[in-house]
Amino acid sequence: MSTRRTRLNALAISAAIVAITAIYGTSVHAGQGNPPAKAVAIEIDNFKFGLVSIDVAVGTTVTWTNRDDVPHTVVSVKKVFKSPPLDTDEKFSYTFKEGGTFEYYCSLHPRMTGRIVVK
Amino acid sequence: MGRIIIPGHAHDHHLHTPDEDGIDRRGFLNCMAWAGAGMAWVAASGVLKSAPLPRLDQTADKRLAAGDFVFAQISDSHIGFSKDANKDVVSTLQAAISRIQALPVAPDFLIHTGDLTHLSKPDEFDTLQQVLISAKVGQVFYVPGEHDMLADDGRQYLDRFGKGTRGHGWFSFDHKGVHFIGLVNVVDLKAGGLGNLGGEQLAWLNDDVKSLSPSTPIVVFAHIPLWSVYPEWGWGTDDGAQALGYLKRFGSVTVLNGHIHQTMQKVEGHVTFHTATSTAFPQPAPGAAPSPGPMTVPADKLRGLLGLTDVTFVKRSHALAIVDHDLA
Repeated sequence: MSTRRTRLNALAISAAIVAITAIYGTSVHAGQGNPPAKAVAIEIDNFKFGLVSIDVAVGTTVTWTNRDDVPHTVVSVKKVFKSPPLDTDEKFSYTFKEGGTFEYYCSLHPRMTGRIVVK
Repeated sequence: MGRIIIPGHAHDHHLHTPDEDGIDRRGFLNCMAWAGAGMAWVAASGVLKSAPLPRLDQTADKRLAAGDFVFAQISDSHIGFSKDANKDVVSTLQAAISRIQALPVAPDFLIHTGDLTHLSKPDEFDTLQQVLISAKVGQVFYVPGEHDMLADDGRQYLDRFGKGTRGHGWFSFDHKGVHFIGLVNVVDLKAGGLGNLGGEQLAWLNDDVKSLSPSTPIVVFAHIPLWSVYPEWGWGTDDGAQALGYLKRFGSVTVLNGHIHQTMQKVEGHVTFHTATSTAFPQPAPGAAPSPGPMTVPADKLRGLLGLTDVTFVKRSHALAIVDHDLA
């Protein structure tokens, strides 16, 4: 095959892929009517919440994973959420369905604090 | 003006007896009779000095005078913990019990200053109680650590050890003229805060001591240090100073704590503060590591960093002699 034709073929294939993606993408969005939900992971390590203060969108699910050799908890100051004691590698998730600022801390080691700002 | 006594590492005995004007020579030698080989750090008039404790006559009379008694303290057994720092916390607890049974004078009772368990699980509490019962150590008094209050806001702990206590498990009792007070400072902790006693407990404490004569020796025990050891790591109690305020008029106050898994001691006027080692795993010295978590050491070093404390009440001086023992 000549170089020119190879290039034209490649271009055609690329264009097709872009078109198909656009159609597929558009139809998904049209079907849901909402942007896709987000997930954020926070590691708990060395008696600290890995992301101390973060901004997330409404509908985001935050998952905390404990990497320390001692248990920790994730407790909101406003008492909106409260994890069970998390041993090493255990997780806790919470989906923020409403906006606001959520201060939280570890009820075992209260010097450990964090904040989620939901917009 | 306070004296700070910080034990060195890898020693068998450490001893301190607070006296009104400091340790006089005769009192010091009497105290040394209780100690074996080891190092003692003593601050006198602000100058830190260390000296090896002399090996004294091993047949030194260890009988007590009339009215004296001994009790023992263990802490932070963390039954249920099994990570690199110690894969067999039951075994090291049993080693501590054996050391207690080998003390020259049998203790009248045992105090456990909390973190009995690691995760407040029923089988962890069961195991702890079984070990202590089978060791025949006699009566044991408990205060909870934060690891004991993880289930139903402390229901597991209170169901087992709450009898005769108030609120989250505080209480007092008298023994041979000494007034003992067990406080709970691991509940209702506030975000960003330290240990917490709370208004209800403080009011109870004030009431509990108010009709005692100031010559009554007081022993207070609680899990988290009542004095500010290292706030960055949560090693202190937010309203501890208020509690100590109610005890200000007493001539002899001894505060026994756990939580930090190492011995530390401070003397301030008539108050001696002392923390015990854990029977489960050591933790780093303040600021010596990124966090206060369990510290893994070579296997042959572990038992030297775990231990128990025995306390002798010396009636003639209304003072308490505190000796730490490791498990090496």
